[in-house]
Amino acid sequence: LSRERQANIRARQAFLSGRARPLEFRLQQLHALMKMIKERESDIATALKQDLNRSQYDTPLLELTGLENDIKMAINKLAVWAAPRPVERSVLTLRDQVYVQPQPLGVVLIIGAWNYPWALTLGPLIGAIAAGNAAVVKPSELSECSSLLLRALLPRYLDKDLYPVVPGGVSETQELLRQRWEHIFYTGSSSVGRLVMEAAAAHLTPVTLELGGKSPCYVHPDCNIRVAARRITWGKFVNCGQTCIAPDYVLCDPSVQNQLIECIRLTLLEFYGADPKSSPDYGRIINQRHFNRIMSLMEGYTPVIGGQSDASQRYIAPTVLRDVPPQSRLMQEEIFGPVLPLVAVSDIDDAIRFINEREKPLALYVFCTDQKGIDKMLEETSSGGILINDVLMHYTLNSLPFGGVGQSGMGRYHGKHSFDQLSHHRSCLVRSLTMESVHLSRHVAPHFHLGRHLVLVLVWSQISSTVQSPVRVSCGSL
Amino acid sequence: METHSAVLQKLRNTFRSGVTVPEKFRRSQLTQLLTLIQENEEKILGALHKDLSKPKFEAILSELEIVLNELHFALSNLRNWMQDEHVSKILATKVDECFVRREPLGVVLIIGPWNYPMHLLLLPLVGAIAAGNCVVIKPSEVTSAMEAVIAELIPKYLSPDCFTVVCGGAEETKALLKNKFDHIFYTGSQSVARSILQAAAPLLTPVTLELGGKCPCFIHERVDIIAAAHRLAWTKYFNLGQSCVAPDYVLCTKETRDLLVPALKQVLLEFYGEKPQECPDLARIVSPKHWTRIMGLLGKSKGKVVLGGESDEDSKYIAPTVLVDVPEDDSLMQEEIFGPLLPLLTVSSVDEAIDFMNNREKPLALYVFSDDSSVVNTVLKKTSSGGFCSNDGIIHMALPGLPFGGVGASGFGNYHGRWGFETFSHKRAVLLRGWALERLNGLRYPPYTDNKLSWLRWTTSPKSCSIL
Repeated sequence: LSRERQANIRARQAFLSGRARPLEFRLQQLHALMKMIKERESDIATALKQDLNRSQYDTPLLELTGLENDIKMAINKLAVWAAPRPVERSVLTLRDQVYVQPQPLGVVLIIGAWNYPWALTLGPLIGAIAAGNAAVVKPSELSECSSLLLRALLPRYLDKDLYPVVPGGVSETQELLRQRWEHIFYTGSSSVGRLVMEAAAAHLTPVTLELGGKSPCYVHPDCNIRVAARRITWGKFVNCGQTCIAPDYVLCDPSVQNQLIECIRLTLLEFYGADPKSSPDYGRIINQRHFNRIMSLMEGYTPVIGGQSDASQRYIAPTVLRDVPPQSRLMQEEIFGPVLPLVAVSDIDDAIRFINEREKPLALYVFCTDQKGIDKMLEETSSGGILINDVLMHYTLNSLPFGGVGQSGMGRYHGKHSFDQLSHHRSCLVRSLTMESVHLSRHVAPHFHLGRHLVLVLVWSQISSTVQSPVRVSCGSL
Repeated sequence: METHSAVLQKLRNTFRSGVTVPEKFRRSQLTQLLTLIQENEEKILGALHKDLSKPKFEAILSELEIVLNELHFALSNLRNWMQDEHVSKILATKVDECFVRREPLGVVLIIGPWNYPMHLLLLPLVGAIAAGNCVVIKPSEVTSAMEAVIAELIPKYLSPDCFTVVCGGAEETKALLKNKFDHIFYTGSQSVARSILQAAAPLLTPVTLELGGKCPCFIHERVDIIAAAHRLAWTKYFNLGQSCVAPDYVLCTKETRDLLVPALKQVLLEFYGEKPQECPDLARIVSPKHWTRIMGLLGKSKGKVVLGGESDEDSKYIAPTVLVDVPEDDSLMQEEIFGPLLPLLTVSSVDEAIDFMNNREKPLALYVFSDDSSVVNTVLKKTSSGGFCSNDGIIHMALPGLPFGGVGASGFGNYHGRWGFETFSHKRAVLLRGWALERLNGLRYPPYTDNKLSWLRWTTSPKSCSIL
């Protein structure tokens, strides 16, 4: 029996024991997870520094604060989230209990990513625990130190059998995907997302896919370009561009392009100084393969800012290129690096057309002051999420669902959405055997009474459909 | 094989034009669908009778009224559903607008089954239209009369630029699935569901699967056996057992069984008379293939027929039948019966019944009959299923406030009422910021400092709003 299969079996046995179900247990595990994050922050920061040259400030900022907020919210709200949710009743069901009861699904497989190895692996886990599931966690092998640390830490704080960590690369992941899960939560690339969904098909397993793509950023001439440049620069170069919702490329008209370049140049100086390589706040590319990939995308183009690199450190300077042709390689795949192409468009309609010719992105950014322009963008495009006049921030608001659409993914999480995503919403109708004489009207009668009964049926169905202002009756807890 | 890519392209162009998005358009199409049903009742009932010998009573209730109710419900609530949903904010976003906007997905595919060819095709369609999509509608080829009626009426009442009917069998469906859809909604069997998922995966198309399975019905000893028998028989033999939420088999103690059988005998007499085959209130099996399948299960069964058992191949008739002494590994317990055979299996306790149910795949529906609410609660808590109903059957799916869908082997995703609208929508997160408060934003920019960090943690925590 492979290690992966064993983890699946043990997690399932642990789930079937029923101990993950009581709210007290789930709360205790969530508290323990919080404790782990708080107590081990510096270990986590060290691992991230080795994996991605992450600045110590980025660790809480980008990885842990979001997790802490999600855990706090889950702890505060769990009782409400897990309670029966009453729905509208009709006249005929007024004396019944009609509600939706969230239930655990069973065993969830969580496949994490390397760019935010803690946030993107533990984020779904919070939802899995809160919803009462078991979860097998597979951290990304590319963020090696984080993966090793997670393997060491999680069993020390959480239930070992319910939430095992299974490490590994491609073949281990494939073996995991051969097992039966009640849900698979995957964060990563679209190409692997397809394979995950295909594997899930064999067991009819539902999936959440948090994928990527090229998130466009449109800068309208009427906006405050200085502020826009600062926000875009921050969102683009944080984690060295390796963020699924980083502004991948900028669309703007030629006059804006010039101003934008100058503002970005100034901002980069503010953020990282004259030599970003020596700034403690500037990251590195995860590995040689990705370094080579990003460098080759830039081949043939002369940047207006940056362009320097150092393969020994996997360092690529914050880089900006202007007038990038839409058919260039740079515009064909998600860059996932500190290279910002500026693509020229003539106006907002041209920008919208450009965006709509391409796959629906995970995030869409629009810098614009005019409300009409904002509304146009909102109405004429689609994307996982959309931010006006900033980047990335929607990720931090856990009351907003976070997820993609089309090629950028399916499903959503954060806050309550994580809980709902990893629960089964069971419809419950609790009736009594009284009122049988009323219900007799629906029972089939000998056909010579059909006429009369049809009238009754029609009356019944009229009143059984919910009336205009439905009676909202609160349902007592079971 | 025709892939209908030209038709798809037309629908996609229409969707891009934005015509399906305004509330007015959605409302007009939903109203047209209402009219379609109201003006063609006889035609629809005729087709249902041809395909399934569906009694008029059943057809009106389960194929027409239910769709009309859903349409009325959607029309009443559409504006509400379409509203932007404003969400709670953290301090960092206090002066921003933060909301979730429901958007149409694009071009969706709805594949209907044969057992309720009107209801299970049109109910998802209501959700898809309400959500502002263009739809490819694929009725079941097994119920050919209904297929023809759908193909004829839909283009007459709904905008042909937005809604297309595609007919055909397995091969045609496979070809259709080569196209990219923004959502696939499938009702039917597990085996076909697998191949749909396999076709959807390379295109990363989200899917809703409404499948089946064996819906267990536990009948506890503390119960009004006559009332229970009425409801059990009604839900079982409706559409001659061809309902995905029909109670597939019963679990009860020997004592309860001995009371249940005569109660069922009495009820069957009341419902269908001495000669059920001549009673117009019973449907027929949909096809010779399914008739043979069900009769095969009966033939191989080790159980004893105590009620019914008669059949007639030519008319695809099988009598409402009850069997006892059915072992756990019986032929009747290997697959979803989807016919009028009701095995009664004996258990000695509630716990044994719960274990029995939990040792099997999660069903689409789970039923309990008992006057003892603690028994009902225990079964409810210790089992899982798409939906749950105590002291009745099927009816939970007629309530538009409840989501209808499976879990595990019975499917994933759901619909009905608002749930249908949400299934066919994308919930887009929207954050509208201004230019002000850049100072506050400054906390997040490098060069990083401890001071900035502690302020930042405070402004992004959910607690910080309560101070304001």
